[in-house]
Amino acid sequence: MALQDKYKPLTDAATAAGITDLAVREQDGVLYIDGTAATGAVKDELWAKYGEIDPNFTGGDLILNVNVAMDAAVTKVKVVTESSNLNIRKGPGTDQPIVGKAAHGETITLVNKSNDQWWLVRTDDGEEGYAYAQYLQAAE
Amino acid sequence: MKILKVLPALALITAIGFTSCKPKDADIKASIEKSLKEDPSTANVLVMVNEGVATLSGEVSDDATKTASTTKAKAVKGVKDVVNNETLPAPVVAPAPVVVSADDALTTSVKDATKDFPTVTAAIADGVVTLTGTIAKASLPKLMMALNSLHPKKIENKLTVK
Repeated sequence: MALQDKYKPLTDAATAAGITDLAVREQDGVLYIDGTAATGAVKDELWAKYGEIDPNFTGGDLILNVNVAMDAAVTKVKVVTESSNLNIRKGPGTDQPIVGKAAHGETITLVNKSNDQWWLVRTDDGEEGYAYAQYLQAAE
Repeated sequence: MKILKVLPALALITAIGFTSCKPKDADIKASIEKSLKEDPSTANVLVMVNEGVATLSGEVSDDATKTASTTKAKAVKGVKDVVNNETLPAPVVAPAPVVVSADDALTTSVKDATKDFPTVTAAIADGVVTLTGTIAKASLPKLMMALNSLHPKKIENKLTVK
């Protein structure tokens, strides 16, 4: 229970933010918070709360797995790398050969997201392959 | 002829006489309630009686309590039958255990997630991701967000934050 108390501001914020499928479980000295946030801003807000409790995330006692929901209707995604191009690979994994690149800020077509980490995308040039999902977000 | 006039009245008196021998529904209800209130576990049971048939409702803690209240109600004089509609509390569903990725899958996904952080080294053992090396403060949340979504058992962050 001590862990749940430690991270209470975070779980309270998750409840208040309307995180769907919210699950808070404590197992072997680690608190697991899973759920789906409606927007990226909500996810960032929760991580900010986590940062207030444990500034450098060094506690080793929390796994905060909150992902941003994406409407099934979304077919266009924007490349949100820091500045570089995004590699598009033949298969899901960094060991896969690069088949194309998408520019930073470019909007590309989302084909499917059957893999959580690697989404199948297609550029306007017709290059199709897998890109790392963290660098993609729903286009406005 | 006189006897014919008296007969219906006699029948009526007999009927009233028999009815009054049996306890009234309201009395039965009061007796059952009294009996149930003696035990705190059945004190909140609701009782209805209609023509000697007692209906019990409300929530009780378990099946044994439910059975016991039926027995108590049946023991009350005038009760013909007992319909027990008491409900039990909804079972508390234990949360599903946390699923931790297998080391093979985790090794691959962690490698992908740390690819863009060349100063970070990640070691995986029994689902625990141990991070060593250095990282810029601004990049730390991004790395942690990615790693937290890979279903590790635990993340031991030993990074030096610059």
